[in-house]
Amino acid sequence: MELGRKWVQIVIAFLTNGYWGFPFTRTIYQGPLKVVCSPGLNCYSCPASTTYCPIGALQQLMLTMRFNLENAQYFLGWYVVGCIGVVGSFLGRMVCGWACPFGFFQEMLYKIPSRKFGVPRILRFLKYAILAFMVVLLPLFVVNEFGMGSPWFCKFLCPAGTLEAGIPLPIMQPGLRSTIGILFYNKLVILIAFIGWSVMASRPFCRVACPLGAFYALFSRVKLVKLELDLQKCTQCKACHHVCPMGVKFNESPDDAECISCMACMNQACKFDAISLSVGGIPLRAGDIRKPAVSKEV
Amino acid sequence: MKKKKQRMRKAPFIVLGFFLFLFLAGVISGEPSRVLEQSWQICLSCIGIG
Repeated sequence: MELGRKWVQIVIAFLTNGYWGFPFTRTIYQGPLKVVCSPGLNCYSCPASTTYCPIGALQQLMLTMRFNLENAQYFLGWYVVGCIGVVGSFLGRMVCGWACPFGFFQEMLYKIPSRKFGVPRILRFLKYAILAFMVVLLPLFVVNEFGMGSPWFCKFLCPAGTLEAGIPLPIMQPGLRSTIGILFYNKLVILIAFIGWSVMASRPFCRVACPLGAFYALFSRVKLVKLELDLQKCTQCKACHHVCPMGVKFNESPDDAECISCMACMNQACKFDAISLSVGGIPLRAGDIRKPAVSKEV
Repeated sequence: MKKKKQRMRKAPFIVLGFFLFLFLAGVISGEPSRVLEQSWQICLSCIGIG
């Protein structure tokens, strides 16, 4: 299953970054597919990107909202929120585990041999503040004399944007190099910090700073596809604690907002079939349907 | 043995319906063309250049 998940991550990373004509055109993809929402965090200024980033698009709609409303254009972000809401209703943070190119990048970095550390649980609340302030409120309310705001998250924080667009674009278009300034170096330092942190800790950006992960986390209790815990089968052996890349204690909080449904607990840890994948409350695994309840004796 | 009754959860479908409604409202208001326009342009300040 883990190998299957890796393949899904690779295929989705290639599908959302499938424009390989950029070394010849020296610009980004400008075709009709860019109306399709990328399920994960994937900068749409990336030369290879074929889809739009929901966080980038949402900020753009927020920062131009006053201007648009004054011109009777009622773009309130419904399409973008609708797209990620539909994805979130189905999968929630399963997207982070299976379909986010930046999450995949962090997983690869974590495989580099080094001393490993955890991520303090308290830091997970930061991503909700980033979603509320840097993606919605600041772009909407901090505006210039023309009523236009700034894309705060993309401009000051997003390491995926630096990696996928900030670095390749000046290489492709030498004219852009003269415009590199303090903003670029600030974002480069943030990217390097997250790369270093990802080598030593599992998915630090997803756990601490990702606003898209924060949005999907809101669906943890109501998403259609989710992992379920059978309390009758669970022996509280805590084997699931040791394999979770997000630090979730699944037997204690099966609806944890941090769960990315990577299924490591189900496939690599639980020997009692206590964890199952369900759709709308109906378990998918044949074993859960056919097998009688397992005794709690170990 | 007592057979465990499987119940379909309704909440996910309600939430899904709500976001589908938002999606369609966005489509009707012409937001996709605005999103397309934005995503065709390189946002230099967004990526820390300019």
